[in-house]
Amino acid sequence: MSNWDRFTDTFFNTKVMLKYLPDILSGVVVTIELALLIVVTGIVAGLALALFRSLAIRPLNWLIIFIVDLFRSLPPLVIIVLIYFGLPSVDLSPSGFVSTWLSLAFVLMAFSEEIFWAGITSVAKGQWEAARSTGLSFGQTLMNVVLPQAFRLTIPPLTNRTIAITKGTALGTVVAVTEILGQASSAMSNSYNPSPLMMGAAAYLVLFLPVVVAARWVETRFAWKR
Amino acid sequence: MIQTFFNPDIVAASWPIVLAGLRNTVLLSLLVVPLGLLGGLILALLASVKSPAVRWPLMAWVDFFRAFPPLVLLILLFAGLPFAGLELGGFVCVAIAFFLNTGAYYGEILRAGIDSVPGGQIEAARSTGLSRLQAMAYVVLPQAVRNVLPDLLSNTLEVVKLTSLGSVVAVPELLYQARQAQSITYNPTPIVVAAIIYFLMLWPVVRLLSRLENRALAGR
Repeated sequence: MSNWDRFTDTFFNTKVMLKYLPDILSGVVVTIELALLIVVTGIVAGLALALFRSLAIRPLNWLIIFIVDLFRSLPPLVIIVLIYFGLPSVDLSPSGFVSTWLSLAFVLMAFSEEIFWAGITSVAKGQWEAARSTGLSFGQTLMNVVLPQAFRLTIPPLTNRTIAITKGTALGTVVAVTEILGQASSAMSNSYNPSPLMMGAAAYLVLFLPVVVAARWVETRFAWKR
Repeated sequence: MIQTFFNPDIVAASWPIVLAGLRNTVLLSLLVVPLGLLGGLILALLASVKSPAVRWPLMAWVDFFRAFPPLVLLILLFAGLPFAGLELGGFVCVAIAFFLNTGAYYGEILRAGIDSVPGGQIEAARSTGLSRLQAMAYVVLPQAVRNVLPDLLSNTLEVVKLTSLGSVVAVPELLYQARQAQSITYNPTPIVVAAIIYFLMLWPVVRLLSRLENRALAGR
């Protein structure tokens, strides 16, 4: 066997790949479910926190800032491990899936709150005053005047963060979530062949590369004009 | 509750183990941040060559690593390469993965920084007799770095947090040590202690960043 044959036989072994393809595909489904849950709950929670913060209630704002700072400074893997291995001590046993979802959703919540808040504060004060003076209520001003302007500013940094955090679903492997990396790793140790890992790697690229390319387009389209 | 999550006896017993992990996390960060910056600098300098033959492959390279989860890259190096007869050990794998992954992120930031320096600067520098390289090193880069300092700092924070991935390939950094202590003591206290250490260590950076970001917006 030539070196090249040996290489393809090891890393791209068709027999092994075919055998474990269904496992990898089920991993893809879990990754997509997890990613969608994280993105939706994280961003909604982040927006909610930013809106609460705009009410300018001092003690509430301190609490929001503390929560945001906390989840910005802790490594996501530490939060996952803490929830998964820590909570069972108080008789709560979240699954690996739930632990990963909650952890990454908290992290995305923290980052998106910061970004939404930066967007809200960037809308000039005169806009608020003008809107209020035409008779709009606080809520109407927020919804119809401030947020539409703020969103435009928040889109490029938000897409970047969202991609970076969603990729973190691979961390779920550490707490036995059967997402792509988890499936690929166990298939690799069962077959004693790295081909499933190569398939897993390819699956991540198929999932995330289009998102990254789309984000690049969005970035230039909505670029922050400084 | 305190007995479970912050048991003083266990804090005392696991302290030396956790402390050794903290030391390794600091050392690891001191290694991988410069490595990532070096990778980023190489990419950014290559990107300043405006030829499409350089620009397109470079963009593909950066997008590849933006799409690829760092943990997958790390596992690929750590568990995949041995099949090709290359056994590198957790520490070297972390170093390579960070050079590639965080290098791509630093590269994007530095490229944006270099683009933000007006072209007149480089023309003026060249006309005073500086070579291309000198103009880049003494005129463009210092301004570029200043312009993107908040982004560089923010990425560095992410890199330090990312060193916790080392725990997956048995690099004895803070999280790994805390998990070891947890499995010895059957108590989550060491992980809570590690989390508190991460928070105390990185909170000042987060505060500073939050201020820098707000100032950047206010100054628009």
